[in-house]
Amino acid sequence: MSAKTVSRAKRVVRKKTAPEFAFNLEDVKAISAAMGEPEAIAKGRMKAWERYAALPMPTLKDEPWRRTDIRTLPADRVELKAVDNAAVDEGLLEPLLGEEHGSLLLLRPGHEPELRADASVEQQGVLFTDWAAAVRDHGDKLGDYMGQIVRPEDGKFAALATAMAQDGVVLYVPEGVQLEQPLHSILWAPGAGNVYFSRVLIILEAGASATFVHEVASPTDEEGEAVHVGIVEIFVGDGASLKFVELQNLGEHTWNLTHERAKVGQSANLDWIFGAVGSRLTKNFSDIDLLGEGSNARMSGFYFANGRQHLDHDTQQNHLAPHTTSDLLYKGGLIGNSRSVWQGMIYVAPGAQQTDGYQANRNLVLSKTARADSIPGLEIMADNVRCTHGATIGQLEEEPIFYLMTRGITRPEAERLVIDGFFAPIMERIPFEGVRKRFAEMIDKKLGTDST
Amino acid sequence: MTEALEIRNLHVAIEDNEILKGVDLVVKQGEIHALMGPNGTGKSTLAKALLGHPDYEITAGEILFKGENIIEMDVDERARLGMFLAFQYPVAIPGVSVANFLRTAINAHRKAADPEDKGISIPDFRTLLKAKMDLLEMDHQFAGRYLNEGFSGGEKKRAEILQLATLEPAIAILDETDSGLDIDALRIVADGVNSLAGPDLGVLIITHYQRILNYIKPDFVHIMLDGRVAESGGPDLAEHLEEHGYNWLREKQSKATAG
Ligand SMILES: Nc1ncnc2c1ncn2[C@@H]1O[C@H](COP(=O)(O)OP(=O)(O)OP(=O)(O)O)[C@@H](O)[C@H]1O
Ligand SMILES: [Mg+2]
Repeated sequence: MSAKTVSRAKRVVRKKTAPEFAFNLEDVKAISAAMGEPEAIAKGRMKAWERYAALPMPTLKDEPWRRTDIRTLPADRVELKAVDNAAVDEGLLEPLLGEEHGSLLLLRPGHEPELRADASVEQQGVLFTDWAAAVRDHGDKLGDYMGQIVRPEDGKFAALATAMAQDGVVLYVPEGVQLEQPLHSILWAPGAGNVYFSRVLIILEAGASATFVHEVASPTDEEGEAVHVGIVEIFVGDGASLKFVELQNLGEHTWNLTHERAKVGQSANLDWIFGAVGSRLTKNFSDIDLLGEGSNARMSGFYFANGRQHLDHDTQQNHLAPHTTSDLLYKGGLIGNSRSVWQGMIYVAPGAQQTDGYQANRNLVLSKTARADSIPGLEIMADNVRCTHGATIGQLEEEPIFYLMTRGITRPEAERLVIDGFFAPIMERIPFEGVRKRFAEMIDKKLGTDST
Repeated sequence: MTEALEIRNLHVAIEDNEILKGVDLVVKQGEIHALMGPNGTGKSTLAKALLGHPDYEITAGEILFKGENIIEMDVDERARLGMFLAFQYPVAIPGVSVANFLRTAINAHRKAADPEDKGISIPDFRTLLKAKMDLLEMDHQFAGRYLNEGFSGGEKKRAEILQLATLEPAIAILDETDSGLDIDALRIVADGVNSLAGPDLGVLIITHYQRILNYIKPDFVHIMLDGRVAESGGPDLAEHLEEHGYNWLREKQSKATAG
């Protein structure tokens, strides 16, 4: 009798969609109760949760998600818990400008927020505080904006963050107040197996002006994965002026899903700068609604990815009123097996005449296995407008490197100069030496770890 | 000690096309040489091959500098050893200011000489750069401009000489630095080179025109034809060329090969 071997091919089951997060309506109620929120805000959370539950997980079949695969999102393997490693990276706490500190708000999930306030800020009637304090004490003032700029309907993760957020920052600047010192907030989110929900709300009343830097950061954790889901809501009132700098430097084990929108009033100015160097995967939606006649917005982005990072930034410049201008420039560098996606749309509403919209995405692909996708788009419903776009994907060229080396500069340094030069137009828009330095150091670190 | 750049029987190919077919030339510190020759005969190829451009394959011969065979040396090492090339077509480096670039270059030289070196201080660098810019009558705002980006033809050439003045090499190759310069700029650049010339600097000026040689007096003049140095002589050779062109030399050569 001969032995009979039965072999069965191992079946690889590929999930079609990402798993749902393991929360329920009771969790949402508990969060709201613990924060002592007013009734209206608690209701808002519950509605957002319903929306989250009703919306399907995005898949590669959904247009905005076509290039970003979240099937392996560890949604069912992460939980809300206090961060263990409470010591914040020293470098993050350094002043952004010169020697002087403005107000600094430090958020560490599960720990009391820490505010190092600059007294002059409060004296001017400015509110700069954490989410819980803001809704408890000023819920009435904020209710018109909160959850009205990024809405649960905007997407599954927008709904989720609205329902679940505990860590957040609120900046409210009253009419006509000009803040001199920059404000600074940090969400420090270390750890594996964690999920973090955050939100930022910025309101500048008419004629106000402010500069604000918000950072989301964590060290890379080899032990497992983590998830950050966030929303950012910005309102720039008539004639107001906001400079907002965001830095995303999450550990490379963290999935980062965010929805952001700014509403810009009549003759108001928004200067929005973001830098992204961290995360395992990012899907970010950043929209600008130019609502008031004569409003202006500039969006400047830089990103640098290495390893297996995947950074997807989806932007929308909505010209909803006449005489509005928008100017977007995103620049990215990629090494290793990383990938970037930029997908941008300029929309001009019917009647939004005499608008001027510009968008450009430029990528420097520094390794053979990295990849950048750039998808500009225009949708123009008015006839008297000027809208243009540009996208380029390039490599390091040999001639500039040779030229620099003939001056005695080593190859790595020559490459570094060319890369720095590539980012210079964006760096020049950042008014903080500290931020520019941090980004330069990140590039150093990344170039040091991945061979090109 | 007087150092020299010695080129012996140099053959260089680009993508399997032989461009240089046995160049012999010696340039010593303290000497000024002019290299002339028709378009496309290989003058710039020689210049770039000497600095080690990766596209230019050396198929035979040797390049000795300060007694060392430098063929295996990296481009930046050759530069730090004291070679300099003013490019015929300087390359733009967007986003990198002239000042930032020059400071990086100076520090690269210093660091190679002394690994402990912390780099030139900002005040020292500013003083140095201002002095060199004044030498070339350059507006100080050039320091803040992106290197060669949007520079006019003449400004690029002047910026090349600014680099030469700052880096103080032992041997400088100037590839058509005179072309594109207006009459005043030509004088300023020539004066600049003359002020740097001396026992420590050897110069190889590649040019098409006698004009610059009225300002910078060469000790030797060479003519390159079809990838070789076909004729060498004194300053009068350049004057002869200005008057008679290159045909007499081509005829002389073909006679020599026929005979
Ligand atoms: N990268 C390259 N690929 C192919 N051919 C090249 C390359 N560089 C130079 N050549 C060829 O080599 C020959 C010599 O060129 P080179 O630039 O050295 O001439 P030159 O003597 O400097 O001329 P000019 O006086 O016009 O500057 C030319 O025929 C040129 O087309
Ligand atoms: Mg040439």
